[in-house]
Amino acid sequence: MSILIDNNTKVIVQGITGRDGAFHTAAMLAYGTRVVGGVTPGKGGQQVCGLPVYDSVREAVDSTGATCSLLFVPARFATAALKEAAAAGLKLVVCITEGIPVLDMIECAHALKQRGARLIGPNSPGLISPGQAKAGIMPGDIHAPGAVGVISRSGTLTYEVVRLLTAAGFGQSTCIGVGGDPIVGSSFTDLLPLFEADRGTRAVVILGEIGGEEEERAAAYIKESMSTPVVSFIAGRSAPPGKRMGHAGAIIAGGRGGPEAKLAAFAAAGVPVAESPEQIPVLLTKILS
Amino acid sequence: MKIHEYQARELFAARGIPLPPGGVAASPAEAADLAAGLKGPVMVKAQVLAGGRGKAGGVKAAAGPREAEAAAREILALRIAGFPVEKVLVSKACVVEAETYLGVTVDRGRRRLVCIASAAGGVEIETLAAEAPDKIRTLALEPGRTPPAPEGFRDLLAPLFPPGRLNEACRVLSRLVGLVLDNDCSLAEINPYALTSEGLLALDAKIVFDDSALDRHPGIAEMRNPEEYSPREIEARAAGLSFVALDGDIGCIVNGAGLAMTTMDLIRRAGGRPANFLDVGGSSNPQKVLNAFRLLTAGEGVKAILINIFGGITRCDDIARGILLSRERINALPPLVIRLIGTNAEQARAILAEAGCTCAEDLDAAVDAAVAAAAAAKDRV
Repeated sequence: MSILIDNNTKVIVQGITGRDGAFHTAAMLAYGTRVVGGVTPGKGGQQVCGLPVYDSVREAVDSTGATCSLLFVPARFATAALKEAAAAGLKLVVCITEGIPVLDMIECAHALKQRGARLIGPNSPGLISPGQAKAGIMPGDIHAPGAVGVISRSGTLTYEVVRLLTAAGFGQSTCIGVGGDPIVGSSFTDLLPLFEADRGTRAVVILGEIGGEEEERAAAYIKESMSTPVVSFIAGRSAPPGKRMGHAGAIIAGGRGGPEAKLAAFAAAGVPVAESPEQIPVLLTKILS
Repeated sequence: MKIHEYQARELFAARGIPLPPGGVAASPAEAADLAAGLKGPVMVKAQVLAGGRGKAGGVKAAAGPREAEAAAREILALRIAGFPVEKVLVSKACVVEAETYLGVTVDRGRRRLVCIASAAGGVEIETLAAEAPDKIRTLALEPGRTPPAPEGFRDLLAPLFPPGRLNEACRVLSRLVGLVLDNDCSLAEINPYALTSEGLLALDAKIVFDDSALDRHPGIAEMRNPEEYSPREIEARAAGLSFVALDGDIGCIVNGAGLAMTTMDLIRRAGGRPANFLDVGGSSNPQKVLNAFRLLTAGEGVKAILINIFGGITRCDDIARGILLSRERINALPPLVIRLIGTNAEQARAILAEAGCTCAEDLDAAVDAAVAAAAAAKDRV
């Protein structure tokens, strides 16, 4: 079981003719994802990986019946491409692009919500339902199908943890990178209810980091509304305040976003916090036994 | 991107947000001249890209030019939060009757811009948020690039201003929101916005810009102050690396921000001290790895370097070639602990084995080895 994508999901790639778009289209096809086409304005009629390229999302959707789009569109054109995807009726839009201005993203996130499209990202590695489909840039082979949901604000840290989970015998239902930017379309609290409702997910791993208050909100939601057990990890506990740690969203600024409040919130919600990635499978074993 | 108060004042003035008159000085003599022109008591304020300057002795009142000169001399000799003070703002001192706080920032949870107002001006808003959240009033704005008309702020501000001043306060907040929307600010703050003998005035000005939007505001980008980043951070940026210097002795080269933060956390947890945060980014080539090594070894006191790569888009064999290139080009590299896994890790290990380097697979073990290597290097000294 899984959330958001599975082996029936038809995916198109916006920006498919670019270097990253083409590379990851091939990787997604190799993983078994039903990628059915791509969009690059002005390049309609071409082919990438044997798939048709369209000039507009509307044409691509009309011709293929896709319900999900993955974007590799440069930052300057990304919000227009996101809105185009939503206007064409796509239900799930996954944005890999980083560096989109925050105020543009505020407007764009609301526009997509009004259209009824769920946005993952921007600055996200995408999502994968192991053994079924991936809409993203993560290496497929470290994953295994199973019953642990993973949501994260980062990319390679997620790979690290997924590899440890797989090695310990914990396969995954769905793994989602929400994105490292201050404004993202789907936050932990938007996605936790989906895992809670998924009968194939027996536990959830939250990989948080410093900056913002999303971990605190997630903890409050877990305390109120979740019966599925949750284990967490917080990256950046030794980061100095005022310095942006790579992700635009990862900064302890003005006394906010520090690790202490996040640790306290998870403790209050009964969510164990791992001291290192290698402890995560250990905590899961404890919680699920 | 942060700017100084005197720069933010220029942007406020251009928007018609009233300020006490003043100017910026780089020497005590210039400060005295400014004070003479302003006639009467003045404030002399350090211009640094950090908060807490009042507590650090960076803000002084002066009765006239001679006192202003002395105050400027003292303040220009200070270092505040690591920054040497290079300029002071000299502005007319006002008799303050009441202080409020006005701010506009991004609320991540609500995914909106939010206006923040409080009757407790002058205090750091974060302190207030922690200690007396009931004293903070907020208004989330509808998404879009048009600021609400001044009337839209009446409910927010009515409890904070006398009726005769409310319209003026609403106009100022509307202009502040316009400034944020037009220039892609992530924060604009007037603290305090004070009722003075000269009317309502912005007695301080703070603006932070969204780095991702700077390329469409060339005039704003020109306001950048080189001291915002250390020379090594600027060099790193030019090389496409995300780098933050820390005070430890174990250099880190990692791909991905989350994993880079985790690596430095694990070093700290194992009893070591990370020298830096460094994310080599997704598409790494051997040259980029060499740049990363140069950056780490340029600073003094790096006693061991931990390379932690989880190959996804990043190819481990590229990293391995970069490591060998660095050993060739950089004299006296400190001991290396290499952990490579993921895309092309097998090839990477073969390349490194041929050159006599070993790789760890397990992260905790690699961290322990790096901490031990740094400790051993320290013992030798």
